[in-house]
Amino acid sequence: MLMHRLVPIILGLAVIGVVTAVAAAMLVFLGQNWADALFWIFAAVMIGSGLMVVTMRDIIRCGLAMIVCFGALAGIYVILGATLLAAAQVIVYIGAISVLILFAIMLTQTKDAPSRLVFQTQAVPAAIASIVIAIIIALAVVATDWGEAAQRFRITADALSKVLFESYVLPFEVISVLLLAAVIGGVYLAKREPGGPS
Amino acid sequence: MSGSLDAYLILAGLLFAIGSFGFLARRNAISMLMSIELMLNAVNLSIVAFGAFGTDAAMAAQGSVVALMVIAVAAAEATVGLAIVIAIYRNKRTPLVDEYDAMSQ
Repeated sequence: MLMHRLVPIILGLAVIGVVTAVAAAMLVFLGQNWADALFWIFAAVMIGSGLMVVTMRDIIRCGLAMIVCFGALAGIYVILGATLLAAAQVIVYIGAISVLILFAIMLTQTKDAPSRLVFQTQAVPAAIASIVIAIIIALAVVATDWGEAAQRFRITADALSKVLFESYVLPFEVISVLLLAAVIGGVYLAKREPGGPS
Repeated sequence: MSGSLDAYLILAGLLFAIGSFGFLARRNAISMLMSIELMLNAVNLSIVAFGAFGTDAAMAAQGSVVALMVIAVAAAEATVGLAIVIAIYRNKRTPLVDEYDAMSQ
């Protein structure tokens, strides 16, 4: 029983450890630069913790692994040069959405809920389908010629705000109305009726 | 390796596949919402990578702007989705989606 619980954790840690070791070996022996090694480390952490999110038994630990996944993704944004987006990722996802999800987990998990079955009966076809999706995306990416995609641009907050508040002003305002509507709708949906059950 | 668009897109594809597996296979409604968040993050990564490897700096900024809007829409989706899950939990007393066989009671 204990081994059965530990299997997904050990699997995720093994994935993270193997790719981190590969990145360190690349850095030391193959003479690659820091950006490559950091990219591999962040990618390994992100994929490993993503696998832990979808396979672990305890849903609180799934939520914590999701925070790790989002943090690694923020690191990848920094490597890509989108530093302001990385900050927004940390603030919105790690700070807000993860806390919201953890609160919802704590509100909806009961001790007597049958938690031994984590997956539905369609888990094996779902695994096959997602592996097929990954293979198809990888093949499409490798087979496509992306042209002159060799250089990379850093995105400063200055340039981003110019684009956001000149070309994208209308979507920005629509997003603000959408957020207001979502807040009101969320309060209305989660509100406990006075005469309702419990 | 970190200087090529392929690596970022394959990484985004892997994360998207993981999220789709979680959405299809998990029984818990909140696990399914977390898997949706993973998929949205994968799409965000691909948008930012496309922008950063584009033709000029303005395209890179546009990629970041679109990704910021996706983050905002994801926040709205998480709010409403979790509120719906809590409202259903109040009626059904279970967070497992395979026991939700009717929407009204």
